[in-house]
This record gives sequence, C-alpha cells and structure tokens, in this order.
Amino acid sequence: MNRILIAPLALAVAVLSIPAHATSPEELDIRARQMMKDSFKDHGIAKTYRMLQLDFQQACSQAKPPSADVMKQIEAEQMKTIKWPADGKYFGDWKEGEKIAISGRGLTWTDKAGAENGGGCYNCHQLSHHEISYGTIGPSLLEYGKVRGNSDEIVKYTWGKLWNAKAYNACSNMPRNGDAGILTEDQIRHLMAYLFDPASPVNKR
Amino acid sequence: MRNALKPIAIVAALVMSHGTAVAQSTADDIAKYREMIADGNPSELFEMEGEELWKTPRGPMKATLEKCDLGMGPGVVKGASARMPRFFKDTGRVQDLESRLLTCMQTLQGIDPKLVIDGKFNSGERKTMAALVAYVVTHSKGDKVRVDMTNPQMKELYALGERAFYYRTGPMDFSCATCHGEDGKRIRLQDLPNLTKHEGAAAGWGSWPAYRVSNSQFWTMQHRLNDCFRQQRTAEPIYASDVTIALSVYMAAKANGGEVMTPGLKR
Repeated sequence: MNRILIAPLALAVAVLSIPAHATSPEELDIRARQMMKDSFKDHGIAKTYRMLQLDFQQACSQAKPPSADVMKQIEAEQMKTIKWPADGKYFGDWKEGEKIAISGRGLTWTDKAGAENGGGCYNCHQLSHHEISYGTIGPSLLEYGKVRGNSDEIVKYTWGKLWNAKAYNACSNMPRNGDAGILTEDQIRHLMAYLFDPASPVNKR
Repeated sequence: MRNALKPIAIVAALVMSHGTAVAQSTADDIAKYREMIADGNPSELFEMEGEELWKTPRGPMKATLEKCDLGMGPGVVKGASARMPRFFKDTGRVQDLESRLLTCMQTLQGIDPKLVIDGKFNSGERKTMAALVAYVVTHSKGDKVRVDMTNPQMKELYALGERAFYYRTGPMDFSCATCHGEDGKRIRLQDLPNLTKHEGAAAGWGSWPAYRVSNSQFWTMQHRLNDCFRQQRTAEPIYASDVTIALSVYMAAKANGGEVMTPGLKR
C-alpha cells in the first residue's frame, strides 16, 4: 500500500528537483542564463528584456576580466558608439552639471517613464570641494580640470568617457551614459562644464 | 619662505582630510547609535508580533505554525535560520527561510503562497511574513552561520548564485559585483560589504534581516535583495524565485562560520 502511494510521489520529486549529478560549468552557464530570465518579472519601466545581456556584458560577467584581446575588441566596438558634439560645443553650464552629478534618480521600477535621469556621479566619485557625501567605487575627480588642463585631447577623452566608458576600459563599472540613453547630449555638456570650468566647485575652492 | 609655506600646507592638509573626517564621523555616529539602542532594537516589536502569529491559528485550515519544520524538526525555531538555506527532502528543493515559511503556511494553514509572492512589501501577507521572519531569526542570534555545503543541491545553487552575482545586465551594466566585489568601497557615505570574501559576506549576510532606522521598517532578505536589484536597474526579482535562493546560498556559504547578528540594525 505504502509503496504504491510513494512511488509516483518520489518520481514527481525527482523530476522537479535539481539533478544531483555533478553539472559541467557549461551546463551551469546555460542554467544560470535561464534562471536570470525566469526569476524576474516586469515592473513599471523595468521590463524583463533588461535581463538579456549584450555581448560585452556577458564577456564582463566573471570574477576575472576577459583576455586582453577580447578587451581590446570590445573597446574598439564601443568606441564606434560615441557621438561627438556635432557643433564642436563640448561645454554647458556647470551649475546644471552639479544637479545632474548629485541626482541618482532614474530607470528603476519606481521611476516614471520619460522622467529626466540623473548621472548618479556622487554615488561613486568625489567631485567638488564642498560635497562630502560621495562614494568611492570610482576614482576621485576632485580638481579634475585644474589638474588635467583643457587640451583638445583631455576634453575629447572626457566626453568619450562620459558617453561610453567601455570604449576605454571594456569592463568599467561606469555606465554608458550617452550610448545607453541614460543622459542626453546636453546633460553631458553640463557635466563637462562641471568637470572643467575653473569656476566650478570641482576646481574652485 | 619656508615659514610662510607651513600654514598653507597645514590648511591644505586639513581641507584635504575634511571629507574623509566627516565621512568617518558619520559612520562613527551610526555605530554609536547602534550601541545606544542595542538593548532595545525596535525590531523587538516585529519579533513579538511574529511570535504571536506563529502561535495563532490562521488560514483556511485554522492552524498555527507550531508544527512547521524549518529543518531542525517540527516546531524547532532555535538555530534554524543559521542553517538556512538548506535542502528539504519533503519539497525536494533548497529553500531559504522565507520560501520554507511559504511551504509551512501552505501545508499547515492552507494559505496560498501567491498572496506573498504577488504581494507588496509592508502590507498583507508579506507583512505577516516579515514578522514571522523577525521571530525566527532572533532565535539564531549569537549562533554561527552553518549552511551545509556538502549537499550536492546546495553546491549547484552556489555555482548558479556565483554566476548571478557577476551577471551584468540592464541599462547601467551593473551586477552585484559592481558594488559588492571590492574591499572598502562606499556608495555616497554607505559602506559596502565585499560579498566575495568571508569577512564581508559574514558582515552582510550575518546582519540581515534587519530593522531599518531610516524608514522604521523591518526588511527580510527577500526585501533586501529586491531593493538591490531595483538599484541595479534590472527587472523585478520574483519573490522566492531561484535567483534569490541561489544568491542567498552564495552569500551564506561565503559567510559560513561567521556570527549571526540577526535581526540587524541598519541606517
């Protein structure tokens, strides 16, 4: 009697549970990717398609960075995404830039569609002489323009870095502000001014 | 010339250290506050509510949770959460505390897990869950994290959890590792534990679930993970879904041997 009852139950458990045999790393990779799709749901503007990785995101999803060759290849591809200012105008208003640097809003499921995003710069970087609530995931950018000057080379590099940090470091922690549509071209101009303007509190004490 | 430079150098040194000094003192103030209320953590109210709920007949079956098996035998709460997540033979799955409580609520009380899974934090059955969690985790305080990593299902979930931890995706290309992969990092003034190492994982995993002073809420681990993913800009993790269990196994395994400080007290 017991046997008859237990057998189908045991079968059901065996089918549902994770197989106990050792799984190869490749199989685990596939299962992990499936898990990252199946374990999430749409909420507001944060839709499940966000769980699908871009090629470079996948290449940068291990404890160790990919090989130097792969990094170079990613950087070359990301470099092509950078949109340079058509009118050659790199700088906006540093005061607007400060607001963007302070705001960490945008793109979560509690944010509304079409709302203006912040840059979230202070989450990770020190910038001005006055703002003491700054994160340390990225390097300090205090006195950014004062220290580096404003040669064409550094201005162009900084624009590119703000637009798509992955063009310079394939697996950088920094978001692709321009490329991923986080910030507009005008917002990036304002951040440029915040970094370079001698009157900006980043450079002026 | 030398003398004239000296005061400037001192002022410069003071100004340079100013930011760090304030950051340090803020961290000190939080530590002091923690000490002050350590004897009266507001989460006690949630624990008491949870104990009451544990012993109150509820659901269509009008039963209590006093026969709930959290892995130590029916009704045993002491030390249970220190050993979770763990593999349960009756469900054939690895379960964290919250998914196991869902099983107990369903089998003993007849409460539909969907009420929690599709619910909202701080309301309805998810609020009930938070109180139950507060009650259970208090009974592992001072214990050591002891998850069984010899179990093959646990090993597999660890491997999946590790992959989830490094999985970069979404409009900001973030993974868990972006914020929790290095020592000594902060977001704004908030210290970030390095969850890839024992010390950081013990500090993080060991001190959640926790009472949050800033919003007077008690947050379970499912709630904590949910808000991490919100800030990562991913879609929303489904309550008690595989990714939440896998990440919990990953963190608990790294934290193994560390002290359980639950319920924690957070900013």
